[in-house]
Amino acid sequence: MSDTEPQTLNDLPPGFVFDPSRASKMTTRHGHGGWLGITYHAHGPDWAELALPWREELVGVAETGVLASGPIISLMDNATSMSVWTRTGRFVPHATLDLRVDYMRAAVPGRTVIGHGECYKLTRTIAFIRGFAHDGDPADPVAHVIGTFMATHGTYL
Amino acid sequence: MTGEALPPYALALGISVDHDEAENPVLSMDPSERVLGRPGFLHGGAMSGLMEMAAIAALRAELVRRGEEMQLKPVNVSVEFMRGGTEQRTFAMGTVTRAGRRVALVNAECWQDDRTKPIALAQMKILLSPAGSSQ
Repeated sequence: MSDTEPQTLNDLPPGFVFDPSRASKMTTRHGHGGWLGITYHAHGPDWAELALPWREELVGVAETGVLASGPIISLMDNATSMSVWTRTGRFVPHATLDLRVDYMRAAVPGRTVIGHGECYKLTRTIAFIRGFAHDGDPADPVAHVIGTFMATHGTYL
Repeated sequence: MTGEALPPYALALGISVDHDEAENPVLSMDPSERVLGRPGFLHGGAMSGLMEMAAIAALRAELVRRGEEMQLKPVNVSVEFMRGGTEQRTFAMGTVTRAGRRVALVNAECWQDDRTKPIALAQMKILLSPAGSSQ
């Protein structure tokens, strides 16, 4: 990252059109997302996908090598958060209000997990999101999520 | 916490067993760059991870008390974020609400400097099966 690049999403210039691939470089380099190794994968008008590569340190059951569920929650929190800004087209500071995760099956050890987040409804203050995680085949997901975000400064619409 | 080691994920995040409260393990998580989301604030995923670990630890402790050896499989978790967590030591404790033969319901609470002001709550459903069996 060059010195002229904004370091955090709060430093973005006014009128900046939200670009998930560019924003991910900031949100996935530092902090929890950076430590997990989360990277940008793909996006559309109201969705965003992030990738979480498998790594020994993220294992929840040492004997099996299965990823802990915590990293999956973090991945889906980030992917759905990103989908909100992808839909608004700009960065709006917000906080996760709630998130429910259903675990369909354990992710296969060694496989990268893709988190697909979608913002299906926006009001002035609340963003409704849903998503799923898979490890190669979107038709055979490892988890489904649903939740809400709240705009903390300003509004979504 | 009775005999159960924390998994690599928990250790890497700086999670450890702090003390027991009414036979329930209280886990703590050290403040570090690794658990931060937006600058200065805890990442919701890190809080959730800590609460999940606390929920599982509480259930394991309960199963040990009953003398049952079970395999645990998380079915789902529902998390409510009530306050932004800041850069300080964070605690979580699970409470087994109901543990039957097949499924357990465990609540977990997450707090920082003020035990009476939790920053997040989680409710977790966990499938139980006798150790060694496949399901």
